[in-house]
Amino acid sequence: MRITTTVNGAVHEVDDVWPGESLLYMLRERMGLPGSKNACEQGECGSCTVYLDGEPVCSCLVAAGQAIGREVTTVEGLATEGQLHPVQEAFLECGAVQCGFCTPGLLVAAHDLLARVPDPSDLEIREALAGNLCRCTGYEKILDAVRSAARRQAEA
Amino acid sequence: MSTEAGTRTTTTTQPSGRVGDSPLRPDGTLKVTGEFAYASDLWHDDMVWGVTLRSPHPHARIRGIDIAEALTVPGVIAVLTADDVPGENAVGLEHADQPVLASEFVRYEGEPVALVAADHPETARRAAQRIHVEYEVLPAVTDPRRAMDDDAPAVHQPGNLVRHLTLRRGDPDATAPVVVSLDFEVGMQDQAFLGPESGLAVPAEDGGVDLYVATQWLHVDQRQMCLALGMPKELVRLHLAGVGGAFGGREDLSVHVHASMLALRTGRPVKMSYGREESFFGHVHRHPAWMTYEFGAERDGTLVYARARTVLDGGAYASSTAAVVGNAGTLGLGPYRIPNVAVDAYGVFTNNPPCGAMRGFGCVQAAYAHEALMDELAEAVGLDPVAIRQLNGMREGDTNITGQVIDSAAPVAELLQIVRDMPMPPPADTSDIRSRPGAVGNTTHGEGVVRGVGYAVTYKNVGFSEGFDDYSTARVRLEMTGGEAVATVHTAAAEVGQGLITVEQQICRTELGVERVVVHPKNTAVGSGGSTSASRQTYVTGGAVKAACEAVRAVVLERAALSLGRPANELRLDGGKIVGSSGEVLVGLGEVLGEDAVEETVEYRHRPTHAIDPETGQGDAHVQFAFSAHRAVVDVDVELGLVKVVALDTAQDVGKAINPDAVVGQIQGGSAQGMGLALMEEIVVTDGHVRNPSFTDYLIPTILDMPPMQVKVLEYADPHAPYGVRGVGEPPTISSGPAVAAAVRAAAGKPLRRVPIRPEHITGT
Ligand code: FES
Ligand code: FES
Repeated sequence: MRITTTVNGAVHEVDDVWPGESLLYMLRERMGLPGSKNACEQGECGSCTVYLDGEPVCSCLVAAGQAIGREVTTVEGLATEGQLHPVQEAFLECGAVQCGFCTPGLLVAAHDLLARVPDPSDLEIREALAGNLCRCTGYEKILDAVRSAARRQAEA
Repeated sequence: MSTEAGTRTTTTTQPSGRVGDSPLRPDGTLKVTGEFAYASDLWHDDMVWGVTLRSPHPHARIRGIDIAEALTVPGVIAVLTADDVPGENAVGLEHADQPVLASEFVRYEGEPVALVAADHPETARRAAQRIHVEYEVLPAVTDPRRAMDDDAPAVHQPGNLVRHLTLRRGDPDATAPVVVSLDFEVGMQDQAFLGPESGLAVPAEDGGVDLYVATQWLHVDQRQMCLALGMPKELVRLHLAGVGGAFGGREDLSVHVHASMLALRTGRPVKMSYGREESFFGHVHRHPAWMTYEFGAERDGTLVYARARTVLDGGAYASSTAAVVGNAGTLGLGPYRIPNVAVDAYGVFTNNPPCGAMRGFGCVQAAYAHEALMDELAEAVGLDPVAIRQLNGMREGDTNITGQVIDSAAPVAELLQIVRDMPMPPPADTSDIRSRPGAVGNTTHGEGVVRGVGYAVTYKNVGFSEGFDDYSTARVRLEMTGGEAVATVHTAAAEVGQGLITVEQQICRTELGVERVVVHPKNTAVGSGGSTSASRQTYVTGGAVKAACEAVRAVVLERAALSLGRPANELRLDGGKIVGSSGEVLVGLGEVLGEDAVEETVEYRHRPTHAIDPETGQGDAHVQFAFSAHRAVVDVDVELGLVKVVALDTAQDVGKAINPDAVVGQIQGGSAQGMGLALMEEIVVTDGHVRNPSFTDYLIPTILDMPPMQVKVLEYADPHAPYGVRGVGEPPTISSGPAVAAAVRAAAGKPLRRVPIRPEHITGT
C-alpha cells in the first residue's frame, strides 16, 4: 500500500508498504531513517521511541498504516539547521552515550519530559525514562544529562 | 551505500584531549543525531535479507531436510543447508566443534539448521517455516551436575567433560578450629546488549566477500570464516560496523558465515539481523554455576584453608568454557591470602544453550560463593564484614592460590575502607511511594521494610591468560594535511561502546604532540587487535598505539636531528612542532616531513603468562590483576520479598585513568549488570528449553531500579603496563552483585544461596 505521512516536517509518500510492517520498519528500511532503533521490536525497550502527533510512542508497536496523514518526529528531527538540541548536547557532553543504541529513544523521551516538565526532580526523570532500557551506562550519566539539559533549556 | 556512514563515524576529529583528560567520544555527535551506522542499519542497493531456521529441540538426530516448498515461495532467492557449507562445517572460538549448519545432530534448542535469503525479511521468515526438517528426538542432558555420570548421554564424543581444573596448594587436607561452608547456585545471565546481532555481506568481484559486522574481534572471526568458507584470508575481509554493546556476547560468530554463504551463493549483498527473541538463541550466555565452598580459619578469622568445587554448565558447544573454568578455578577464592587450598572446577557439555564469555568471565560466579562464605566466617568469629576482608585481603607482594606473586598494587583493605567510609544514604523515605520497594505497584506503606547493608571485594585478571599469545597491532601515520600535522591510527580492535577510539586518539595526541587524530575504520587490512574482552584493550591495543607512536616519533626526531644538527634525544614533538629540551620551538613538523608520511606498524605484547601445572594448578597464569570493592544498601519488604537498592557505592584501582569520565562510565555500567544478576536477570531453562527469550520476561535493570552510585577511582600505576593502566571494565560487574546479595541477606535474615534472588526466596514461600 501507499502511505503518505509527514516525517520531521516533510511530507513523504512511501510505496509498496506491506500492511504488517511497523512504523519503525518503514522509517528504517523504506525511508532511509535508521536513527530510531530496533532493540526488541516488542514494546519493551524504548529504543524506537518517536513522536506521533506530538505523543511519544514505541514505533515498533505502531503499524505503518497508522501514520497515514499524521506527523512523525524522529531523533533525526531533533536538531535544527545543524544545531544540536540542548538534550542532544547534554547527552554528548555528560557521557550519557556509550554504545549509543539506547540514545535515540532516550533523547526523544527526555525531550518530551522537558517539554512537559522544564525542571524535573530525579524521581520524575526516572519515572519518565523507565521505559527506556540502557545496558551500558547504569543510567547515572543519563540522569546527569537530563538535569543538565533542563539547566541549558532554562538558560536558553 | 550506507556503510559509508559507518566509515565516516570513526574519522571525525575532535577537540584536544590527551592521556588523563576526558575528551568527548569522536562518534558521539553521530550517535545523538541518529546518523551513526550500527550493523543493523546497513543498507546496500540490491540487498536481500537472510534468516536462520533453528532447531526446536535440545537434542535430536536430523533424518532429512526438505527445502522444496520453501524454494517455491515468491521472493525467495536461496535456501541453504549443511550441504552448502563451502569449507569445513565447523566453527568455534577455541575448538571448532560447532557446525555452521547442523547436519547430523542438533545439540541445543536454537541451533542453526538452514538459511533463507529473500527480498523481504518477512518473506524469508515465512519461507523458513516451510522448510521441513525430520527430527528424531533424542534424550537430552540438561542437568550439568549429572552430565559426567556414566549413564549420561554424550553430547559430544568422547564425553561431556570440557575441562577439569585441579588446584592444590600447601596442605589440601589442612584443618582449622573454625569451619564454615555453603552451597551456592548462580543462574544463567544474558549479555542483553541492545544492538541485535547483525551484518551485511557483500560479494566482491574477486570472488571474495566483504562482511560488515558487529563483533568483538575481527581476526578471530576471520580465521573461523576462512575455514568454513574454504577461502584464503585475502578474500574474507571484515569491517567493523557500529556495535550496540557486546559484554562477551559477540565473541563467538553469529551471522558471519551464514550471511557470507548467502551472499556468495546469490551474488547479492545479504543483510542478516536478529530480532530480540532470536538474539537470546544467537549468542552464548554466562555459565550457570553450582558451587560448594568451605573455609577453615583461626579463631581470630585468619584463613587457614579453602576448598571449593565448582560445576559450570557449558551447554552444547565448547566456546570459551575452558578459559572460564580457568578463571573460576585460579581466581575462584577471591583476593585473599590462603595458605592451603584444594579447588576443583569443572566445565561440562549439556544440551542447554551454549555458554561462554560474559563480562567478569568465571569470576562473577565464584565471587557470589566466596563473598557469601566470607560473611559467614565473619559471623562465626565475631568480626564485621569489612574487618574480616581486611584481615585476609591480599597485599602487594602476596602470593595467590596459583603461587603467583602479586607484583603491583593490591589495595584490598583500602578499597573496603573507602566504601565503608562513604556517606550512607538517608533513611528510607516512605512518603513517596516511588521510593519504596515495589514503587508505584503501591504494595507497601513501609511496614515490612527492613534496610540491609552488604560488602564485597574482588580481583580479576586483565588480558588473556595461561600462556595465550595476547597481542595487538597498531599502525600510526603522521603527515601534513592542509598545513596541519595529522596522525592517523589504524587498529582492528573493536569499539563496542566502551570508548577505545577516544583512548586511541588521546594516546596519539600525547605521544605525537598533534591536535588532529583520525581514527581509521576498523578492519582486517591491519593486523589483529586482539579481543575486546578481558578488560584488555586500553592496556594491549593502547600499548600498541603507544609503541607505534614511539616508532613514528623516533623516525621524525631522527630526521629533525639530522637537519638541526642536534641529538635526537634532546628533541620532542609538541603542538605540531619540533621543540628542544626546554620547550623552545626549533622547527615546524611540516619542514621536517615535507610531502612524506611517516608510518609505522607495531605489534605489542604484554608480559608472557604461563600454563598452569595440570596436577596442582600452580603457575604464573595471569599478567595483571584489577581490584574493586562495593557497598550495597537495600530496602527489603520482607513480607512481599521486594527489594529496592538504595545505594551501590564502589571503589576501584584503575592504575591510571586514561579517560577519567569513561572510566566512571564503565564502573557505573558494570555495576548495573552485576546488580541485575543478583536481583532479576536469569534465562530460565527447563528441559533444555529457554522459557523467557524476550525483554518482557528477561528483565534488566531500568533507570527506576538503579540507585545513585558513589564512585572512587584509585590510580596505583602498574609499572609493567603502558601508562600504568589496569583493566577497568570487568571488576565492577563482579563485586557489585555479591554486595547486593549480602545486603539483601542482612535485611531478610535468610541465607539466600542462589541468585538471582526472587521474592519467594526472601519470603520463604
Ligand atoms: S524496539 Fe520498540 S520498544 Fe524495543
Ligand atoms: S549506551 Fe549502550 S545501551 Fe545505552
